[in-house]
Amino acid sequence: MTLTFLIDALITVIGITTPILLAASGELVVEKSGVINLGVEGMMLVGAITGFAVGFEFSDPWIGVGAAAVAGTATSMIFAVLVLSLGTNQVATGLALTIFGIGLSSLIGTNYTGFAALPFDPPFPDYLAQDPIGRVIFGHSAFVYFAFILVFAIGWFLSHTRAGLVLRAVGENDFSAHSIGYPVIAIRYAAIAFGGAVAGIAGANFSMVITPMWAEQMTAGRGWIALALVVFSGWRAGRLLAGAYFFGVLMTLELYAKASGYAIMPSQFWAAMPYIIAVAVLAFISARDGRSGKEPACLGKPFLPNG
Amino acid sequence: MRLVLEKRLEQSRTMVVLTPILSVIGVMILGVIIFDAIGYDGFDAVWQLFITPVIDTYKWRDVATKAAPLILIGLGLSIGNRAKIWNIGAEGQYIVGAISAAGVAYATQEMSGFWIIPLMLIIGMAGGAAYAAIPAGLKTRYGVSEVLSSLMLVYVSLQLLSYLITGPWKDPNGMNFPQTAQLTASQLLPRELGETGLPPGLLFALVGMIIFAIIVDRTVFGFSIRAIGEAPQAARFGGFNSNRIVWAALMISGGMAGLAGTLELMQLTRLNLGYPSGYGFTAIIVSLLGRSHPFGVFVAGIVLAVTYVGGQVAQTVVHVPNATAGLFQALILFAILASDLFVRYRIKIKSSVAEIRA
Amino acid sequence: MGNFTRRDFVKAAAAASALPILGRPAFAADPLKVAFIFLGPVGDYGWTWAHNKGRLELEKALGDKVKTTYVENVKEDASAVPILRDLARQGNKLIFATSFGYMDQVLEVAKEFPDVKFEHCTGFKRAPNVTTYNSRFHEGRAVTGTIAGHMSKSGVIGYLGSFKIPEVVMGVNAFTLAAQAVNPKIQTKLVMIDSWFDPAKETAATQTLANLGCDVIATHTDSPAPLQFCQQKGIYGFGQGADMSKFAPKAHLTAIEDIWGPHYIARAKAMLDGSWKSEDFWEGIKEGDVKISPYNAIVPKNVQEAADKVIEGYKNGSYDVFKGPIFDQSGAEKVPAGKAMSLGDLATIDWYVKGVQSA
Repeated sequence: MTLTFLIDALITVIGITTPILLAASGELVVEKSGVINLGVEGMMLVGAITGFAVGFEFSDPWIGVGAAAVAGTATSMIFAVLVLSLGTNQVATGLALTIFGIGLSSLIGTNYTGFAALPFDPPFPDYLAQDPIGRVIFGHSAFVYFAFILVFAIGWFLSHTRAGLVLRAVGENDFSAHSIGYPVIAIRYAAIAFGGAVAGIAGANFSMVITPMWAEQMTAGRGWIALALVVFSGWRAGRLLAGAYFFGVLMTLELYAKASGYAIMPSQFWAAMPYIIAVAVLAFISARDGRSGKEPACLGKPFLPNG
Repeated sequence: MRLVLEKRLEQSRTMVVLTPILSVIGVMILGVIIFDAIGYDGFDAVWQLFITPVIDTYKWRDVATKAAPLILIGLGLSIGNRAKIWNIGAEGQYIVGAISAAGVAYATQEMSGFWIIPLMLIIGMAGGAAYAAIPAGLKTRYGVSEVLSSLMLVYVSLQLLSYLITGPWKDPNGMNFPQTAQLTASQLLPRELGETGLPPGLLFALVGMIIFAIIVDRTVFGFSIRAIGEAPQAARFGGFNSNRIVWAALMISGGMAGLAGTLELMQLTRLNLGYPSGYGFTAIIVSLLGRSHPFGVFVAGIVLAVTYVGGQVAQTVVHVPNATAGLFQALILFAILASDLFVRYRIKIKSSVAEIRA
Repeated sequence: MGNFTRRDFVKAAAAASALPILGRPAFAADPLKVAFIFLGPVGDYGWTWAHNKGRLELEKALGDKVKTTYVENVKEDASAVPILRDLARQGNKLIFATSFGYMDQVLEVAKEFPDVKFEHCTGFKRAPNVTTYNSRFHEGRAVTGTIAGHMSKSGVIGYLGSFKIPEVVMGVNAFTLAAQAVNPKIQTKLVMIDSWFDPAKETAATQTLANLGCDVIATHTDSPAPLQFCQQKGIYGFGQGADMSKFAPKAHLTAIEDIWGPHYIARAKAMLDGSWKSEDFWEGIKEGDVKISPYNAIVPKNVQEAADKVIEGYKNGSYDVFKGPIFDQSGAEKVPAGKAMSLGDLATIDWYVKGVQSA
């Protein structure tokens, strides 16, 4: 096994991990504020078509990514208004949001099927990414670097800033946060908007880098894996990063095993692994910490200050 | 002057009935405008989407076929909703129920007898319930959130299904396609109930609705699940065992999902890759739209089924893309969910800021 | 439900089902109504997209003699039955069901509507009013395999598959056998991704195959993502289902195009002139159901000629990639020299030929 071989395998891991890491990072912030949004897949798809369509029309992928973030936020605001201002059930509203996102993206996408987008070149110049080491450091799309920066920023934000502390307080005990004067609803609006923007960008990762084209439901269920990942992480940013890469390594190992002619287990077992492990981790940390680890106490519960 | 929400002391009965109807009408008007704007005959499109499945008696069979699994699963979920125990893994329990029933079918391929169908139904329910026992056990023993564990298990069940139909249960006469052998005559319920043309699942749904209505409104158990949901602390003092309620809610919803899965298996006559079609997720919405009451769940199941069937009609008649049907389904859900506010609150106009958040 | 009783329901249903009989009889000038049910959305740029293209060609070729309708995203579950029934009831006389999973449902509805003709794509069950049709995609694989055999420097080629079903297995085998005919030492590495469309996983699998030494990679999944990676990496691939050269102009050597239009046109014409009967179509390059896209300019002349020879051979019947001797992975002889595999055996094949490395 040469260095080049290992690095090429690592590049596969990074490529397959980045979109789920992105989507999960956004959802982590949402859940930390005490809201569970099951509409990640729908927001990703709206982001994917918007990123592609706008990038294509303006011939500038960066504008496309920006538009994907805006579209993701706009979609998430439907969810926010319903669950925060109108107090609807979060699970049902999130599922409806996924149905909405699939429908809306397909409808917009009918005019964009079969077009190839401009390649979205890595942000670093080519000459830095010539040798294997250069490639693994400088050879990725902007999404990869953004995902790394984002997850560290979220970790720092949640544990080292006052705003992060307030966000967590809102997720842990909304009534006491409200009683000491924090605007619970406004903070949750902001968290959901952020989650929507990041999910939109995660979607654009599919339509602009993984395969620069639009096809319906091209995210192929990654939004659900992202939800599993947040659970797996025990609501910690550091573990989210580690967990995402663990999932990515598992998926890549399966492919290597198959291509090398080994079938240690049926492939379905490998595919089920992330979910089985997520449940096992959940049980383990709950048994140890009494509750589901750092699971925000208010997760999924509506907050109606005057009700 | 500002608009302020004031909580109603009691849920408004008029609003319970009125708001969903007004929501649907609102979405229909919106639909006419949207379809016209994107270049279709708006009125015709909305007519086909919402009205044709209701007035065309021939379409009722199709509506019933879609509605039956939604209602059955939704009934089971409504128990958990009332106790605020959120089983969102019904899709997984639906799949495992069907797998269990298919296991019976696999073992009884060479046999015949009146006992095979009831056995499949019972084992299907047991399989669904057993799969729901995992989140129940994890919740009562370790305090694991059932929302998350049940959702994760859906994806495990999909892989289990894929493994069985591509591996050990692959139909030996199926030209090596990933599917199980077709059920035999003694493993299938009649396709239709007599002359009505309606699927047997609808009969199960009707009977289920009545049984659940009795349980919810007339039994101590029905009272205790509501008590747990509304005031867990008080209920505990009152002598209700909350762990038992968690088990009951999950086992009942898992069992109902398993039953729906088995009936669907009998409709499809075999398991294949196309078998899981998301009824378990849609049923969550159905149970909540029906306000977790058996009668409401029944109606909500029909409403959702109408939008599915209408979507197909609109595709063939007005040629709107399938995506729009999904879009309108989502809009109806949003509207009905939002309108729930008017059931619980009334809007008041207040003039002084000081009164807000009284 | 109110006071609506079961008896009312029966009456209403009976009245409704009587309507078509009382309705206006079809006049000769009425167009033939043709319907399609699709598994995916027409915008999938893959399987369903190709079938829909065939539908549009049918409309174009026969003009106002036909009127077509389609329903997309039809699940392969019990809900396909009412959709098929509905299409039949709306007066469609020829209905195409374009995915394997509709097999039982098509037969069920066909029994209810004996005067409506059904055609089921990729299935194997027929009835007096049910035809089955499929394309010999493996003939296209023999062409791309021939090119791969020439173009591979490492002697290791890759195959990205979806599921282990006969269509994919025969594709892997045809691709490998054709490449081995050029270079007997060729090895094929195979990865199945358990999905027809998942760009992220397709990309990862292609990267894996490339890293394990494959320098020409065939895909049997729907997205152009693998080709786009091949382009970055400087290796080669083939389009699947449609010409995908615009997605990867340097890596795209050629593509196997699914052409359904001629079949749809021929069958609609057969309906119009009354010659339709239940048949089993399994046609390929010769009949125009499988088409090879223009070669990339980087494919050398001699390789293009070798590929053309295979195409020519299929057209005049002189070539068959499944001619013996053929050995399986363990080295056992499956087809003796001088014999060719029967179409029946091919249709149910579940073993790989020697030189395929699979899990």
